[in-house]
Amino acid sequence: MDIKEVPVTQTDSKGKKKKNKKTKKKTAEDAESSGVEQKEEKMEKSESAEAAFPPTFSVSEIKNKQRRHLMFMKLKQEKRKQKMQLKKKKKKEREALGDKAPPKEVPKTIENQRVYDETIVDPEDEEVAFDEGTDEFSAYFNGLTNPKVLITTSDRPRGRTVRFCEQLATVIPNAHVYYRRGLALKRVIPQCVARNFTYLMVINEDRKIPNGMVLCHLPDGPTAHFKISSVRLRKELKRRGKDPTEHSPEVILNNFSTRLGHSIGRLLAALFPQDPQFVGRQVATFHNQRDFIFFRFHRYIFKNEKKVGIQELGPRFTLKLRSLQKGTFDSKFGEYEWVLKRHEMDACRRKFQL
Amino acid sequence: MEDRSRLCSVWLGAETGILKGVSLSRKQAFNFCNTRHLSREQEVRALCWGDPAESELLVGSRDGTVRTFSTEKGVFTEARRCGDPEEGCFTGLATYGATLITCGDCGTLRVWREDSSEPVTELQAGKNVSRMRQNLVHRNQVATGGKETGLKIWDLDKPEQPTFTAKNLRDDWLDLRQPQWVRDMAFIPDSQKVVTCTGYHQVHMYDPSTPQRRPVMEAKFGEYPLTALSLPASGNTVVVGNTHGQIALLDLRKGLVCGALKGLAGGVRALQCHTSQPVVASCGLDRFLYIHSLEDRKVQHKVYLKSRLNCLLLASRDLEDGGTEATDAAAASEEVKEEEDEVWDTMEQVEEAEEKPKRKTSEEEEEPQKKSKKKRKKGQD
Repeated sequence: MDIKEVPVTQTDSKGKKKKNKKTKKKTAEDAESSGVEQKEEKMEKSESAEAAFPPTFSVSEIKNKQRRHLMFMKLKQEKRKQKMQLKKKKKKEREALGDKAPPKEVPKTIENQRVYDETIVDPEDEEVAFDEGTDEFSAYFNGLTNPKVLITTSDRPRGRTVRFCEQLATVIPNAHVYYRRGLALKRVIPQCVARNFTYLMVINEDRKIPNGMVLCHLPDGPTAHFKISSVRLRKELKRRGKDPTEHSPEVILNNFSTRLGHSIGRLLAALFPQDPQFVGRQVATFHNQRDFIFFRFHRYIFKNEKKVGIQELGPRFTLKLRSLQKGTFDSKFGEYEWVLKRHEMDACRRKFQL
Repeated sequence: MEDRSRLCSVWLGAETGILKGVSLSRKQAFNFCNTRHLSREQEVRALCWGDPAESELLVGSRDGTVRTFSTEKGVFTEARRCGDPEEGCFTGLATYGATLITCGDCGTLRVWREDSSEPVTELQAGKNVSRMRQNLVHRNQVATGGKETGLKIWDLDKPEQPTFTAKNLRDDWLDLRQPQWVRDMAFIPDSQKVVTCTGYHQVHMYDPSTPQRRPVMEAKFGEYPLTALSLPASGNTVVVGNTHGQIALLDLRKGLVCGALKGLAGGVRALQCHTSQPVVASCGLDRFLYIHSLEDRKVQHKVYLKSRLNCLLLASRDLEDGGTEATDAAAASEEVKEEEDEVWDTMEQVEEAEEKPKRKTSEEEEEPQKKSKKKRKKGQD
């Protein structure tokens, strides 16, 4: 029975305590015999300190839960000890070398490992500059129009969504909230254009919480459909300031680097008036990280030249772009500039679109 | 400029008015624009070859001008005024002998001669025409179709009446009129049949040789309007693209979907299959040019071109062709070396494949022990 295992188990007993995540082999025979062997091995704990050979069994083969737990704890402690020893050694070496020490290694993060995206906009690119200079937002960015936003919801909104819309209207200057009486968006849009609105924002609700947003730039502009998550209304925020005032806030757009990101950044920036009132000391931030856009609204105060204090005011929410459609809202017959195709685009963790 | 334009095997027109040429062998894209002065009025709406030798391109812009671009010289040689911008953009451009055929969005189809600035023939093809295509075998036949305008096939020698007018589908089960919106069409070579794709995600096949004016075959794909259609060189299939960026291969005999080509993120604006290679090029609103292979449905090339692309043209010659003889010779010797490399590569791959199953089945009972024995022995040594 144990003929195959004899050379193995002898080394096993020595190397039992070694971390051996490489060998994950499980054998039925081993399981049976290991129960017997482990008792012996426990007696030999003291001997097993610095064995060189990794054992074949793993902690998960021990059928007794308490013993397994103990073995696992020991394994973890050993690992931690090794790690601390390694760290100490490295630190000593570093101090010993002094100036000649190699630079500190930067840990790998998903943002660091981002796959090279060829659509990242080069600031000096003339073609892209021309494209952006003559696109649908050029009227706003050239100062010809002022934003006027119509905020509405899907039909029959419940409390949370209604409060969210009201708070959004305080955050975005020149925004009006209207009740959606089951009206079709395609009919609402020409009426908005006639009344000089520049944006139509529809907050979609599902099960009493807002979960989607359709942002349509009005004369004939692109329509973006976002998924909203993680909405925090004002009273749910801790350590918040008082309500925001009527001053136009400054807008900060972080990390919109690709061509699609530029389009979305411009779409979000055109919601706010072009000239911010610095007297109000309010700032709205759209921070893009890993294709999620985080919206925050703060009031800041400069204590001295280097220190700033900030107070979070308004609502807080996260957006994820689902589709960008050319033209005003027409989900059936409109042409899409970009559609999120989950299985194709989300397959690689290090590839982002915005 | 000249050698660059000679290298390009794929030509694209962008919304910003730039004519782009892509050389796949060198993996480079070139912009050919008139001056530093770009404008959206020159948005390229239609592209076609000026002559059978493919040395000239005709570029139709939004302001109604048709410019001629010479691939030999790499510059725009001529510009003609062929219509007003109020009448709508070009939906089709073709050449018949020495004449130029243009069709606008409002439905007016005009035939122009070189010398005069007035059209020789002018006909109304309907209220709204989305596309006009020419039969490449019988070049006097032209098909038009649009929103609420059915497919009409015209013979340019007898422009008074269309030779074939298609009838709309039968009323549906509620006796309501079915809406029709022909977006793109193609003539099937070696027969009189015409395939069209509609904005209501249908693909119809019409046969003018039969007395039936309704579609002979109908196929459906997806839920979004189909915007582009192309026929591969190997018959019986058709490639269609829709506004969501989904491209599918449909079989014309049964009307079923054979397969889909993935990769596009935005609406497909133009599709073209190569005349000899089993390759299809697609471009769209997501600013990329994709070249898919029809056999294994994988992306062969993906090129980022910074503006939204409206139309595309493929050269008939080999797509990866460098263009000059010197490169051909070099390519030939490279090919020989590549073949040898390929032989070695395939050999290595087989060995790797043998190793992998060994590792995968390592979780079985007996093998791991033997393996671990081997490993341990090596360690011991």
